[in-house]
Amino acid sequence: MRFETEYRTIGKVSGPLLVVKAVKNAGYGEITRIKLENGEERLGQVIESADTYAVVQVFGPTSGINVKSTSVSFTGETFKLGVGEEMLGRVFDGQGRPKDTKAAFAVEKELDINGEPMNPTARRMPSDFIQTGVSSIDGLMTLVRGQKLPIFSGAGLPHNRLAAQIARQAKVVGRNESFAVVFAGIGITYDDAAFFIDNFRKTGALKRTVAFMNLADDPSIERILTPRLALTTAEFLAYEKGMHVLVILTDMTNYCEALREMASAREEVPGRRGYPGYMYTDLASIYERAGIAEGKKGSITQLNIVTMPGDDITHPIPDLTGYITEGQIFLSRELNNKGLYPPVNPLGSLSRLMNNGIGEGKTREDHRGVADQLYGAYARAQESRNLSAIIGVEALSEVDKTYLKFGDEFEKKFLAQDEYEDRTIEKTLNVGWELLSELPESELTRIKREHIGKYHAKHKEEKGGKEAEEMQGEKKAEAKGKKKKQARHAKKGK
Amino acid sequence: MGSIERISGPLVVAKDMFGASMYDVVRVGKAKLIGEIIKLDGEKAIIQVYEDTSGVRPGEKVVSTEQQLSVELGPGILSQVFDGVQRPLALIKAKSGTFIKRGSEVNSVDRRKKWQFYADKKAAKGTRVSEGAVLGYVEETPLIKHYIMVPQGVTGRIQSIKSGRFSVEETIAVVKTGKGLAKISMLQKRPVRQAARYAEKIAAEIPLITGQRAIDTLFPVAKGGTAGIPGPFGSGKTVEQQNLAKYSDANIVVYVGCGERGNEMTDVLTEFPELKDPATGRPLMERTVLIANTSNMPVAAREASIYTGITIAEYFRDMGYSVALMADSTSRWAEAMREISTRLEEMPGEEGYPAYLPKRLAEFYERAGRVKTLGGDVGSVTVVGAVSPPGGDLSEPVSQGTLRVIKTFWALDAALASSRHFPAINWLTSYSLYTGALQKWYEENIGESFTVNRNKAQALLQKEAELKDIVQLVGEDALPDNERVLLAVGRMLREGFLRQSAFDPVDAFTSLKKQNLMLGAMLHFGDEAEEAAAKGVSAENSMNLEVVKSISRMKEIPEEKIEEESKKINDQIDSQFKKLVAEHGMEERVKA
Repeated sequence: MRFETEYRTIGKVSGPLLVVKAVKNAGYGEITRIKLENGEERLGQVIESADTYAVVQVFGPTSGINVKSTSVSFTGETFKLGVGEEMLGRVFDGQGRPKDTKAAFAVEKELDINGEPMNPTARRMPSDFIQTGVSSIDGLMTLVRGQKLPIFSGAGLPHNRLAAQIARQAKVVGRNESFAVVFAGIGITYDDAAFFIDNFRKTGALKRTVAFMNLADDPSIERILTPRLALTTAEFLAYEKGMHVLVILTDMTNYCEALREMASAREEVPGRRGYPGYMYTDLASIYERAGIAEGKKGSITQLNIVTMPGDDITHPIPDLTGYITEGQIFLSRELNNKGLYPPVNPLGSLSRLMNNGIGEGKTREDHRGVADQLYGAYARAQESRNLSAIIGVEALSEVDKTYLKFGDEFEKKFLAQDEYEDRTIEKTLNVGWELLSELPESELTRIKREHIGKYHAKHKEEKGGKEAEEMQGEKKAEAKGKKKKQARHAKKGK
Repeated sequence: MGSIERISGPLVVAKDMFGASMYDVVRVGKAKLIGEIIKLDGEKAIIQVYEDTSGVRPGEKVVSTEQQLSVELGPGILSQVFDGVQRPLALIKAKSGTFIKRGSEVNSVDRRKKWQFYADKKAAKGTRVSEGAVLGYVEETPLIKHYIMVPQGVTGRIQSIKSGRFSVEETIAVVKTGKGLAKISMLQKRPVRQAARYAEKIAAEIPLITGQRAIDTLFPVAKGGTAGIPGPFGSGKTVEQQNLAKYSDANIVVYVGCGERGNEMTDVLTEFPELKDPATGRPLMERTVLIANTSNMPVAAREASIYTGITIAEYFRDMGYSVALMADSTSRWAEAMREISTRLEEMPGEEGYPAYLPKRLAEFYERAGRVKTLGGDVGSVTVVGAVSPPGGDLSEPVSQGTLRVIKTFWALDAALASSRHFPAINWLTSYSLYTGALQKWYEENIGESFTVNRNKAQALLQKEAELKDIVQLVGEDALPDNERVLLAVGRMLREGFLRQSAFDPVDAFTSLKKQNLMLGAMLHFGDEAEEAAAKGVSAENSMNLEVVKSISRMKEIPEEKIEEESKKINDQIDSQFKKLVAEHGMEERVKA
């Protein structure tokens, strides 16, 4: 081990940065301990190192730091987090210190919180369908295991409720595997933090959860660490312990603002709207830590919340996020104002990995076609709505009127559902068919003919005796499945 | 040899570097990280490091390799996946596991593997050869013969040459030059930042056939041409790039994943070995080189990845192949430049990008082209660059710099993408400047109708857009029948022709012949419907004809049946309109 010299040579304090003079050989990214006169200790990190000085960024407030008596010592290590399976069920602060009790846990490994980039040739393509029980997501922007799918939201929209619902209901149907939730609250309010913890506690998920909490009044610079601590823990649980980990990072907007604060303290050339030019790379170093690795059992799925400043999707934070993540769930203020929950607007939403997780053997053969047709029809319904706003409903053509009706029904029956309603994918697709069957059949150009023959309500009715029996058989099977499921739920409840 | 004075992210300042040259590759610190000198200041060298610099300390050594950043070229680079500075990712995985560790020293080209080399008959003893002359070939994959060429700087008479099994470093030929004997092996090195030499550029007049209807028919790119795909996120840039990599009829595909998602590269890696080359039935991977520098890999290597890719493309071009290079995304490349520039404290240009950004973009695209090679063959490099404009706003510097140099522009449209119209290529704002140069080729290979149909379709789509504006104001019912017909045919073109599913096995690739037949049938229908409207048949009656369904689903007809089926459809159009006009035409006219 290197001898730790204490330097009392702080030359300049500016924002969260200290310039320490007469330092030789500080490692880039090295962790420093800053000791105040009253004995208090704070952590910092070297962000620039030269042969005569080092620039140290302090994690925490700089109040009380002075150039006379504060000392800085260099640990010779980059930021490492001690991780262990006993972290499950515990709550930590934004720097990774236990927050619930002071009790220690068994540290199994010390890991660099920046992780290492996964070799693209070592990745495995995510393809396991996660049923969230939310129709709009399962049907139109399917989540798969190992994906990173953010929720693009706005102030006052129910993103927390939706994220909690997904965390509660998400499962890979037919499998019973070890799972965990890693939650990172980044600059969120006490209320929001309490909402999530309560929710996890009520559903019994808390003992499978590791939470990191940087609250709104905690030092903003700490926010740079919080998501990395969460992901380091997640990587340990996934790749060393074989768990399927759902990571929820909320709110990434606060993270980006901390990044901007730090960049301006460093007097860097600002990029768009004052955010640093490397924000894309920085965000990628967080989001890209989702995935599945060849030869490892576990996986990391990220569900991150981004509140768009001014509901503007072209703002740098959602914009850069969208360029990195594999799609987005877009919440709409308009739908929310209509009283719809969840207010997911399919037209701005997308899941890039959907095709890998749907179709025969995964969800159902007609899934792709139904989703495309619903998208197309809802987009067309919007056109009809715009048109009717100008020329009035009366003047619309018959087709436009049909679409207008479709749009309303779609919102009511497909998009809207109860916060505690857990729909199967079959239910979701059947609701989709129910709506599509109201459209003229010639409009269904995006669905394969054979699927129209098999699932379209009209054709189902037309079918004669034998097939009707078959269908009843199917229904029975479905009913059976339901019973089983109910039984399972009952068990869980106990 | 010098030592580190200062470290700031990927930028390292080294002192005592007197004598080091610009763009020399250096090894930095105890970890021997790869770096490149990008600025000299007296005895100080400013180095951009291609790996994470955490833990590196001032005082550690910096050693120059006295070589410029180069790629290794020779048999064994096809089907490989490299990082931005051409390290094979499979070897790194074998060495350091799932995650990439720093300072990995691996050869780009396997040194041990033996290849069967066949000497060219023309390259006999005593023949005079110079740079680029073909000495023989190796059958690298069943799809591709890898030609071995005389490297740069060697001119003289062949003193000896032999066929046989060799590793890449063994001598296959000796050339007697003015300066003595030059031993030639199958391995050569080329600096990445310099364009490779060629005899002359020649006109690009053969289309790169992609199987994508919106591209091949409306906005084609020539072999040796340049194309740009700008679009906001979610508009399908990557799917489009991957389609081109899969289906385009280039001999070699170089795919550069520059600062993009890791899973996208995995997607390519899992899919390409399974996809078959239509001509030979061999896996597509055998003609492909992948460069993967994902967004979480070091930023400086991202800057290099584009150059690594184009240098490899030029190498295959020099063998006389048509090469297609996909760069996804050039915006990430530009951002890497910006990041380095900021750390260098250079005076920023627009939006913080360095002032030399437009020049670098132009230089890169200029390395595309159809050329007569030094060896006397004809080869081409087609460059397709994706651009990711922030917020989809094309007025930003990377888009603007790109638009000035590319000749085909595929504008991806967020509105089309959100209604799931893919490819989301906007047919009103996209353009191709190659249509004129390619016309002769179409006439000779497809037929004169091709250009006629294209122009007609484009005019129709333009007219449809104008009518749609009017419909927004007055409603469709207020339009006369001939205009309502036009709207319906426009919709038919959009849904039945321009929309193409990348995931449907039949629809994913459409031959030029099928494209022309599809378009022909739709326009034929349009003509008949317009004529019928003039005779008083209502637009509804025309659009309710039985044949409309068949036309809309023409894309589902397999290639081998298309000729027969399209003839049937055209006959049905004729007969059904005849019947329709006979039944309704007169009646309506009487009413009027």
